[in-house]
Amino acid sequence: MITLPVASQKTSHVRMTLNGEQVDVSFAPYKTLLEVLREDLGHTGTKHGCELGECGACAVLLDGKPVLSCLVLGVECDSRNVLTVEGLGLEGTLHPLQDAFADLGAAQCGYCTPAILVTAKSLLDQHPHATRDQIRAALSGVLCRCTGYLQIFEAVESAMVKIAQQNGSAR
Amino acid sequence: MPIQKDSPERPAKDSPASAGEFRVIGVPRRRVDARAKVTGQTRFADDIFLPRIAHCKLLRSPHPHARIRKIDTSRALAHPGVYLVLTGKDLPIEYGILPVSQDEQALCLDHVRHVGDPIAAVIAREELTAFEALDLIDVDYEILATISDPEEALATPEPRIHEYGEEGNIHKRVALEFGDVEKSFAEADEIFEDIFFYQGSTHLPIEQHAAVAIKDPEGKLTIWSSTQTPHYLHRALAKVLQMPPAHIRVSATPNGGGFGGKSDPFNHEIVVAKAALLLDRPVKICLTREEVFYCHRGRHPVLMKFKTGVKKDGAITGMHLQTLIDGGGYGSYGVASTFYTGALQTTTYHIPRYRFEGCRTFTNKPPCGPKRGHGTVQPRFGQEVQLDKIAEKLKIDPADLRLRIVESPNTVTANYLRLSTVNLSECIRRVVKTSDWKEKFRKLPEGRGVGLACSAYLTGAGLAIYWNKMPQSGVQLKLDRGGGVAIFCGATEIGQGSDDVLAGIVAEVLGIDTFDIRLFTGDTDLGPVDLGSYSSRVTIMAGNAALQAAERARELLAEAVAIRLEVPKERLRFAEKSVFDSAAPEKRVPFHEAVCLAEARFGTIGTVGSYTPPKSPALYKGGGVGPSPTYSYTAAVIEVAVNPLTGWITVPKIWIAHDIGRPLNPPLVRGQVEGSVYMGLGEALMEEQEFRRLPKKLSHALVHKFPSMLEYKSPTSLDMPEVVTELVEEPDPRGPFGAKEVGQGPLLPIMPAVANAVYDAIGVRIDEVPITPEKIVKALAEKRAGRDPRYGPSHFPHVDWPEALRVPPPWEGGDGNAVNDVPRHSKPRPEKEKVLSS
Amino acid sequence: MMRLPLFEFRAPRTLDEAARILDGQGPNTMPLAGGTDLLPNMKRRQQVPRTLMSLRYVEGLNQVQWSDSASRLGACLTLTDVAEDPRFRNGMTALSQAAALVATPHIRNMATLGGNLCLDTRCNYYDQNYEWRKAIDFCLKKDGTICWVAPGSRKCVAVSSTDTAPALIALGARVRLVSRSGEREVTLSELYNNDGINYIRRRPDEILVEVLLDSLHGWKSSYWKLRRRGSFDFPVLSVAAAARLSRQAVVEDARIVVGSAASRPLVADGASKFLLGRSLNSETIAEAAGLAARIAKPLDNTDFDMTWRKRVTAEFVTYALRELRGDDMHVERGSLTRHSFE
Repeated sequence: MITLPVASQKTSHVRMTLNGEQVDVSFAPYKTLLEVLREDLGHTGTKHGCELGECGACAVLLDGKPVLSCLVLGVECDSRNVLTVEGLGLEGTLHPLQDAFADLGAAQCGYCTPAILVTAKSLLDQHPHATRDQIRAALSGVLCRCTGYLQIFEAVESAMVKIAQQNGSAR
Repeated sequence: MPIQKDSPERPAKDSPASAGEFRVIGVPRRRVDARAKVTGQTRFADDIFLPRIAHCKLLRSPHPHARIRKIDTSRALAHPGVYLVLTGKDLPIEYGILPVSQDEQALCLDHVRHVGDPIAAVIAREELTAFEALDLIDVDYEILATISDPEEALATPEPRIHEYGEEGNIHKRVALEFGDVEKSFAEADEIFEDIFFYQGSTHLPIEQHAAVAIKDPEGKLTIWSSTQTPHYLHRALAKVLQMPPAHIRVSATPNGGGFGGKSDPFNHEIVVAKAALLLDRPVKICLTREEVFYCHRGRHPVLMKFKTGVKKDGAITGMHLQTLIDGGGYGSYGVASTFYTGALQTTTYHIPRYRFEGCRTFTNKPPCGPKRGHGTVQPRFGQEVQLDKIAEKLKIDPADLRLRIVESPNTVTANYLRLSTVNLSECIRRVVKTSDWKEKFRKLPEGRGVGLACSAYLTGAGLAIYWNKMPQSGVQLKLDRGGGVAIFCGATEIGQGSDDVLAGIVAEVLGIDTFDIRLFTGDTDLGPVDLGSYSSRVTIMAGNAALQAAERARELLAEAVAIRLEVPKERLRFAEKSVFDSAAPEKRVPFHEAVCLAEARFGTIGTVGSYTPPKSPALYKGGGVGPSPTYSYTAAVIEVAVNPLTGWITVPKIWIAHDIGRPLNPPLVRGQVEGSVYMGLGEALMEEQEFRRLPKKLSHALVHKFPSMLEYKSPTSLDMPEVVTELVEEPDPRGPFGAKEVGQGPLLPIMPAVANAVYDAIGVRIDEVPITPEKIVKALAEKRAGRDPRYGPSHFPHVDWPEALRVPPPWEGGDGNAVNDVPRHSKPRPEKEKVLSS
Repeated sequence: MMRLPLFEFRAPRTLDEAARILDGQGPNTMPLAGGTDLLPNMKRRQQVPRTLMSLRYVEGLNQVQWSDSASRLGACLTLTDVAEDPRFRNGMTALSQAAALVATPHIRNMATLGGNLCLDTRCNYYDQNYEWRKAIDFCLKKDGTICWVAPGSRKCVAVSSTDTAPALIALGARVRLVSRSGEREVTLSELYNNDGINYIRRRPDEILVEVLLDSLHGWKSSYWKLRRRGSFDFPVLSVAAAARLSRQAVVEDARIVVGSAASRPLVADGASKFLLGRSLNSETIAEAAGLAARIAKPLDNTDFDMTWRKRVTAEFVTYALRELRGDDMHVERGSLTRHSFE
């Protein structure tokens, strides 16, 4: 099926905050945030498994909330704040979630891992003492085909404890 | 019980590497590739972007079965942004994973066999352009009759989907008999006959298959691909492209999940390779989810009939199994799959006489192949559900029944599989205890129930896909003056942790940290051949090769250090990144200095290791499928809750025990067990690779019912029950540090355990997978009507079975040959006749 | 990677401007809210609008106005907004439950209330890629001539798959539609046709801007959803029930709606009327459930076997009515939704 190019919009341009840094990017106007991140901004940490909102592998945080980057138009991201897996760690150190996932077998093939990590970060930002049921529910938008999820839940819980300790000692 | 003892070759305890306590092996560790995975830096195939890259899309057949009369690509080629259009005539040479079924073309030349079969490829500057230009290719088809399922295939010899195979649309028929099974039935107190159906399912890795090919600066071909089997892809590319293998480099990128679905050489890989060579620019393809469903190679739908004779005490006198297999449109691993449906019945319980007949048919659907548990999952379902029925009839607790008949270790079975360690009894005892089975079985209130099932699986297929006498895995080590160690091996990381297996073993032997090691894996140019990540073979085969290479390196280092420290080299220990005198640990040299000493003495330090599985006693034709160096064992108890009005089923908890030999890295082992449970539960309850045949009067269409992540139901985090995982550890003499497989075996007991639990809960038998609320409600209606409280197939169609190869079992004087075939002994067999394994 | 077709993008800032953009364009210009329904459809080439008009920047569409007599819910509230706001409980529990059970947390963060009300009807023969639909020579709903679900049918039987519409119909909601030529209010139950193609009476030039609810003082409501998994899946059967009960637990007013069993949410008038003046006991609930289930006509175009979907409809109505009565339905709800409701 051929769709005719629209003469008025050969390229789109947005300025957004990506992982804390202001970026300007030009891209083909039909692209979703997923494509812009991977193809135009070189951020390939965000993955895709269906591009239809049916697997969750492309999750990123948009203005702090987990969304599916495959269903967000690039042109709708102007002035918005995007966090991907590349922005999770701070100054060369891993985020506690990343450490816990690495140590506790929560990443097997690693393909859904970026989506699960950013989703878990958003959960812990909102609920620093999330229950197992809250974790289960929060992660129910990303399919993992390898782990059976249990080690992921445990890793999130372990990171939660570590974050609480860090916050406690910081006070 | 007659047992043929077979002495273990090398007790694990005597292994020099395993002396003393381990510092790496068995210790929960961060896997070597973990950092890359949690930072999103793992480079999957679709993450590769190169300058001047072009994108490829495939035009696929909209017809299930047709001849191609004519293809006109001129309009597509003229479309702005399109660089190249390829059709079947550009890649006419046939290929396939098995030498006996070279039946695929990268782009169909004149015959399409299922909806989704690729016909043409468009390569363009933008993926969107390539996609849109597909519609500009004009294809003239001659529609052929659609063949939807095995029964239709048996009844419809013409038109043939393939011109080879047994006859008509029968791809493969096999018949094997180990002892006189009719006689065994005559000796039985009870005979059980059951028919089961196991629906097909697919792997559904979250990563869609992708590949990038380039003509490299020297003019050679390099392809990065999400393949589990770079070596086999290498061979297929050399054949189809007619290029010297030395001019082709295949690099398997880490797979975003495989589960068997990326084990065949695929048309899209060959197409982008050809396009890159022609265009002299990088060409990429990433399949859509729908296309992944068309690649398939997933679980074969299997109809099976079990006839089993038992004594009153539960001892099995004999078993006759027939399987009718829906193969789909191509051979793939199908010949091996066919044998696998009958191969492992004898590995769990003692079966003194056994007959197996299997038939695989071609149908106009995407080809089936190896999915986790390859071919053994379906009959395991039937066998374990039938055992539950047997236990009930004999009034024996199903756990006790199994404990009575578990096969002994170091046995050669009726079909000549040589077992090594067998800890199935311990697995059963563990799950019985942890699940509180004795307090639950037949004692829970109506609507709640527990079920138990067991299984076994290969730790690596005994034979390669193609006949050869070379090792199945090789490892090279390079030790450098800074103390760095590089591992080169063809083994492919698909998420299971193969890189970590290699690093863990080498680190243990050399006394270093896994993070001091650099890995070069899955690359046909960089490392020696490993056959690939399939059949649970990497830990034992690449692991043993790594062990050998590491021990050889340690030997060199020990010799040099012994001279420097003036201690006998037998006294040296390698640990803590040092080499030291075990009698006087302060006498030591750092590891990097040990390398320098060795290099000064012997020259550049590099060692190799390789692994060839032991020869199998199964000499009969077909005996190539099933042998393995050793087998893993699993037992599971599953609790279910079933609503008697709606049939709605939930699984609150699962207890599973797995005979692992020794866990190399415990969190990874647990992850494989729980991942298997997860995938098994999906198959048990909701996953189906289902097809829709439109009304014949109106259409010839036969389409995948829902090739999407939404409608193919993979369980979510909310659907996963609590799992209690236990590992049973008895190091196996054949495994590296005693390790056996864990990636596939724990999937097998899940489906039958659910079926058995449903029976315990509400008294109906669902002799079919998946077990859905609709089927439960239908079975409950049968029960209420006073009929057989069951849902499942009732009829096994007539198949003209060939005369069985008769192989007397070991305890009846057999030597592994068929008495009605030429003796095969250990003479190399010509390739054509070779039965191939996976 | 599946790609969107090319389109022109418009981002009006005011409702007036938005109405002007849609004016006279017909279905070639489509409003885009959360995008979770339209964008997948576009990637599958089921809908190929030439222009997408974003509602993201239009002021005032994500407001909630509360008053004692009526509430106004902006169409661009996300489903998360609705599901997590405790004010949408008590009388409006059915809406809160419905919103919380849509798809996944990620999708609820994007998808809007208005979008869910306008959700395209769904069918296993329609929600497929372009190539797949080509393999069946397309279907009545898009590019074809035959309805493969019911080949004799002249009418498309794609299924209404919105969760929030049955809930809001049970709550007696109205919606406000704005176009360049003016605005109108429509009772939500009147917004839908039982036709898979022309399933909605929103004209292409109209924007659904808000949902209006009269006071639900004294009302209780409940929403039950059937789907295979704990998340992702669209409903393949749903029941929303709302009732005003007297102190003696006699039904003073009731509305029962069966969703995902036809091309529109079905209002079970017979069952509702039967309950008037009766108290909710096992007998009356069973009778009402039977009456409500009678109107469900599921067909073979969703997940699950259609006869089974039909069969369990009465059970689902029973669950909803028992919950209204005050039964503890915790176990049933947990088992069906796989969510925990601690």
